[in-house]
Amino acid sequence: MSYVPNPRPAGDFRTSYTDDNRLFKTHFETRAALVLLALIIVAAPFIGNYWLSQLIMIGIYAIAAIGLNILVGTTGQISLGHAAFFGFGAFASAWLANSFGVPILLAMPAAALLTTAVGMIFGVPAARIKGLYLAIATLASQFILTDFFSRAEWFSGGVYGALAERPNLFGFAFNDDLRYFYLVLFWLVVTAVAVTNLLRSRDGRAFVAVRDHYLSAEVMGVNLTKYRILSFGISSFFAGLAGALFGHYLEYVSVEGFTILLSIQFLAMIIIGGLGSVYGAILGAAFILLLPQVMESVTTMAAYIFPAMESGKSYVKQMSIGAAIILFLIFEPEGLIHRWQQIRASWKLFPFSR
Amino acid sequence: MKWDLFFQLLVNGLIVGMLYGVVAMCFVLIYKSTQVVNFAQGEFLVLGAWVCLALVTNMQLPFFLAFIFTLIFMVAFGIIVQTVILRPLIGEPIISVIMVTIGLSIFMQALMNWIFGNDAKRFPDVFGTTDVVNIAGLNVEVAYLLSLVLSIVIMGVFFWFFRFTRHGLAMRATAFDQQIAQSLGISVKQTFAMAWAISAMVSGVAGIVIGIVNSVSNSLAFVGIKVFPAVILGGLDSIVGAVVGGIIVGVLENLAEFVDGQYLQFGNLYTIAPFYVLIIILMIKPYGLFGTKDIERI
Repeated sequence: MSYVPNPRPAGDFRTSYTDDNRLFKTHFETRAALVLLALIIVAAPFIGNYWLSQLIMIGIYAIAAIGLNILVGTTGQISLGHAAFFGFGAFASAWLANSFGVPILLAMPAAALLTTAVGMIFGVPAARIKGLYLAIATLASQFILTDFFSRAEWFSGGVYGALAERPNLFGFAFNDDLRYFYLVLFWLVVTAVAVTNLLRSRDGRAFVAVRDHYLSAEVMGVNLTKYRILSFGISSFFAGLAGALFGHYLEYVSVEGFTILLSIQFLAMIIIGGLGSVYGAILGAAFILLLPQVMESVTTMAAYIFPAMESGKSYVKQMSIGAAIILFLIFEPEGLIHRWQQIRASWKLFPFSR
Repeated sequence: MKWDLFFQLLVNGLIVGMLYGVVAMCFVLIYKSTQVVNFAQGEFLVLGAWVCLALVTNMQLPFFLAFIFTLIFMVAFGIIVQTVILRPLIGEPIISVIMVTIGLSIFMQALMNWIFGNDAKRFPDVFGTTDVVNIAGLNVEVAYLLSLVLSIVIMGVFFWFFRFTRHGLAMRATAFDQQIAQSLGISVKQTFAMAWAISAMVSGVAGIVIGIVNSVSNSLAFVGIKVFPAVILGGLDSIVGAVVGGIIVGVLENLAEFVDGQYLQFGNLYTIAPFYVLIIILMIKPYGLFGTKDIERI
């Protein structure tokens, strides 16, 4: 990682560890975050259904991407099976609600906990292997779990899928997109704050130590096995939570939604957003979701000139994701968040930047 | 117990396994010499098959010429992929390298779907491949025999190339230690490009063979995924291991189908069985049967 200047206003010194460990480094940051959040809450009713549904999907994917980022960006473990855990959360929540009558708002975190358990089981190989071998092991877990979904009719309804109702709180039904958006936003904020918090704790630093040099970390007393499996567990928790939100939003969960392609998209989100960064994951989720739509309008326009483009719309969408991954890795490996930091730094240092 | 069926599946497994072995070999070649895990190996294979098919059906070339042109095309393609996409990433962390090949793989998938269509297409009958011969009471399709012969030939050429040629020696040296190889006057850049070129070319051949045996469609890329259990079983950096692993996975798949069909009635167990084996191997013997064990020092 190259050094990014992140200057503070003059006179803002940190005099204690607590200061250095703050969630928001300056008062300005705190206010900016709160204002942004307030703006989103106030603006949500006025942006129309299309953008609302886009924002909901961005929020859901962002939660899963933040989870994956703990595993990949912070702990340095590669997972190609995140979509399977995402799917497990969706099915588990629907299963808990349909078979046991658990209230859906409770079923969501419960499903996330179940996913955590499954993630930790599949994380066990991670205790011994790393890098490539781990990538391939998680690839296997992707196939095994999707196979399980299509088989286990008691759990997922097999190939027919499962119905998932919209949640309901004391008669207040989350039955339109606006209400559901607030629910997703709530969980997204909880996730972002919880993960930022986690990363500045002892456990978070242990994750980074495991990523940067696992042997040194072990020598310094970090329990490798524990932290590797824990990282799988936490990442699966958020994948499960996001999956549950996804399932109840679409009101129907089917096996086909959770393929390896979705796993790749999750990885693309965190790479394009910036590995190891919570806000990067949100940016990346937005990028990956909006890119196909942009490409769709681009191809529609191109189709006026080259009618042959019309048939290739869906392919162009997939190609754009592949190309985005490749181009970002070659030209901006540290992601959108790095670009943003550079822009911010150049503003702050204005006459002296460049 | 139906022994006929059992042996039939065993033979099929062996033959399919040899093909997996060939693809696994290409995969290991790239991994061993350039430390890149190529998730797009399956797409290379499909690309070779499609190009050859297009040359035969659209351009009406004789099969032999089309085959040669496909080989040339795949060599060029391998070199371009290496220089344009992989070279900028030398020295980057492993996740970047993995992701770039994954990106390449989904890009190629979509592009090939677009250009060549979603439907499976058959090769025109080139070698009378629909015939069946009877060997020791078992019916074996000629196409399968052909693929068996070709696999053995490819493996032989690989062996000869690495053992007896100058470039093969250079490649082994680079795989052993890049810095030492470079100091001995081996161009590491060229060697990397060559590894990709050879790997792409041989995958193309495997793709054509599989295309003749079954038919050409984009789902053939699944062979590229099946390669992972094979190479993990054999050890990621062992070419012999890749062949052995490929054969074991091929046989295992067919045995799983047999057990499934006879006793369990589970439905498509055979597609998923290799992955269970993979997880088990990773737990017990992560470096595979023939792989070199990493020894790490602080």
